Amino acid sequence: MTDSSTAGTSTRPSAAKPKRSFLTQLEIDTRLLGMIGAFILVCLVFNVLTDGRFLTPRNIFNLTIQTVSVAIMATGMVFVIVTRHIDLSVGAMLATCSAAMAVTQTDLLPKMFGLGLGHPLTPWVAIAVGLVVGAFIGAFQGWLIGYLTIPAFIVTLGGLLIWRNVAWYMTDGQTIGPLDDTFQKFGGINGTVGETWSWVIGIIAVIVALWALWSSRRNKVNHEFPVKPLWAEALVGVVIAVGILGFVAILNAYEVPTARLLREFEARGEVMPDNYTAAYGIPYSVLLLIAIAIGMTVLAKRTRLGRYIFATGGNPDAAELSGINTQLLTVKIFALMGALVALSAVVASARLTNHSNDIGTLDELRVIAAAVIGGTALAGGIGTIHGAILGALIMQSLQSGMAMVGVDAPLQNIVVGAVLVLAVWIDIVYRRRTGGK
Amino acid sequence: MTPLVELKNISLSFGGVRAVDNVSLDLHPGEVVGLLGHNGAGKSTLIKILAGAYQMDEGEIWIEGKKVNIQSPRDARRHNIETIYQTLALADNLDAPSNLFLGRELTNRFGLVDDAQMEAETRKIMARLNPNFKKISEPVSALSGGQRQSVAIARAVYFNAKILIMDEPTAALGVHESKMVADLIKELKAQGLGIFLISHDTREMLDLCDRVSVMKNGALIGTEKVGDVTEDDILSMIIMGKARDAA
Repeated sequence: MTDSSTAGTSTRPSAAKPKRSFLTQLEIDTRLLGMIGAFILVCLVFNVLTDGRFLTPRNIFNLTIQTVSVAIMATGMVFVIVTRHIDLSVGAMLATCSAAMAVTQTDLLPKMFGLGLGHPLTPWVAIAVGLVVGAFIGAFQGWLIGYLTIPAFIVTLGGLLIWRNVAWYMTDGQTIGPLDDTFQKFGGINGTVGETWSWVIGIIAVIVALWALWSSRRNKVNHEFPVKPLWAEALVGVVIAVGILGFVAILNAYEVPTARLLREFEARGEVMPDNYTAAYGIPYSVLLLIAIAIGMTVLAKRTRLGRYIFATGGNPDAAELSGINTQLLTVKIFALMGALVALSAVVASARLTNHSNDIGTLDELRVIAAAVIGGTALAGGIGTIHGAILGALIMQSLQSGMAMVGVDAPLQNIVVGAVLVLAVWIDIVYRRRTGGK
Repeated sequence: MTPLVELKNISLSFGGVRAVDNVSLDLHPGEVVGLLGHNGAGKSTLIKILAGAYQMDEGEIWIEGKKVNIQSPRDARRHNIETIYQTLALADNLDAPSNLFLGRELTNRFGLVDDAQMEAETRKIMARLNPNFKKISEPVSALSGGQRQSVAIARAVYFNAKILIMDEPTAALGVHESKMVADLIKELKAQGLGIFLISHDTREMLDLCDRVSVMKNGALIGTEKVGDVTEDDILSMIIMGKARDAA
């Protein structure tokens, strides 16, 4: 950083125009910037340690699809923690949802309605069943917490035992698979949109993002609010565009292995042309995560429900005195958490291509860690959706990076645990320095 | 003239304790009625019943000559009753516009919260109430006590409250800020609002109120016009728990 302070003191325009640093002019959250920096650092260090194997399109692709399941749940956990609750049961709920969906598509639908695996309705009915189960379990736990005022820690600790074993009971502990082919497309590598569509989606995303920036600026100008300088707005726009298109380019650079392509052509009874290549592109699971992230961010920032969630987290008494029904709010938050767990269960079981008895084990800790590393304060009132997703990405990078380097499994967990504690400490120091809560 | 508010024979018990014991009070438009008494005398409990935060066991609330049923803060707001609490009023993590409109957010045609519109309205009303107020888009935890209180008062003014309840509005404030709040109270009174004011500062009460009511152990000791009593009279009512005529 060059010395802008001398320039500021020498000219010193007027007291009404305080000197503004580069970052404040950009109006970028320094905390977010720090997290992105930490993430890049982790990636670079592992890239060196693995002789460049960490930052390959293949590994980035894998990292992305491994993160999705935890990241989806982490977005819901933000709301739970923001309202000063906790949900320890998400891993167990994931198992119950996954079991319900697996039983639906392999047992219930074929026996009761004659819809076998591969029937076009099967995956969607199964997902609907999962969503209903997840939302219902969540709502029930939310009711116990909100209306019967049992602490969330206890309700969901009980839930951890209950739902894990409900799943076991439903399936007799057996692995159920393979799951429906269309259902499996939500798992990651088995379902990607391909090269062309990835570019189309990427370009649409850039257009939408730039339009959003522009319309938000226009809105501020209409109300005569201060806006950031045009160069800052443009820089943010360029960074976003490069980020989106760069991500698409990386996913498109991961090419489908020739052997797999040969098999696919054989299955269709065609002959593969010489020198034919195809890339995976964006996985459906990642699109799902992005859609959820956008939806949850809009919910958090632009709806009354979101406003009430944050107000209740900041001051439950004030929220109640403002006429907010905090009990019903708790039910809604936990029901939403449950529905997100169900979507996570779709991704997780589709990725494994089956439902196994231990699916989602310890996910509650990963999800809570992701939300907390992502800046969600356990004291309530503070947290962001994008932060939680970035938190999940950092956790997953650490885990798979250490696995690639060949760190022993127990040491991996020790490091992840230590990083969690360290991240929260850094966050506390940061908030104290910046005068936040 | 019909009183703005009539509280008739209000009682509320917590367990075996009669926190409010058969209290009757009234309030007219453009009037400030002060509630005085020791901690635990039942002042806050009484006004929280009117604000909808507590439900009374017995008694009636009449507003503008009609009997009303107030079960929740939402009901109270429907009857244009706004409450300004000493501490509980604001969500610290949200900015001033979000707090001002909490529970009554302005929305755009898609049903989404219209932050820009709310900020514009907040700027307008703050320019009137507290021209020094500049930190519109920062969390209210960054504001001083007086600025926080002006957000709470702006909320009452913006939504056209007719009845204002102020529970120790100046307790956490410095001298200048207390003065600012006192001036606001006088202005609101001049606009025809009825105000219930709770404070421990007897002198301030005599300055701001038209009438003062003294409570002790949940019961109403007496209500006096401020012109008829001295500070000593009031203090003896608070301490001895005896109405002036009986003394």
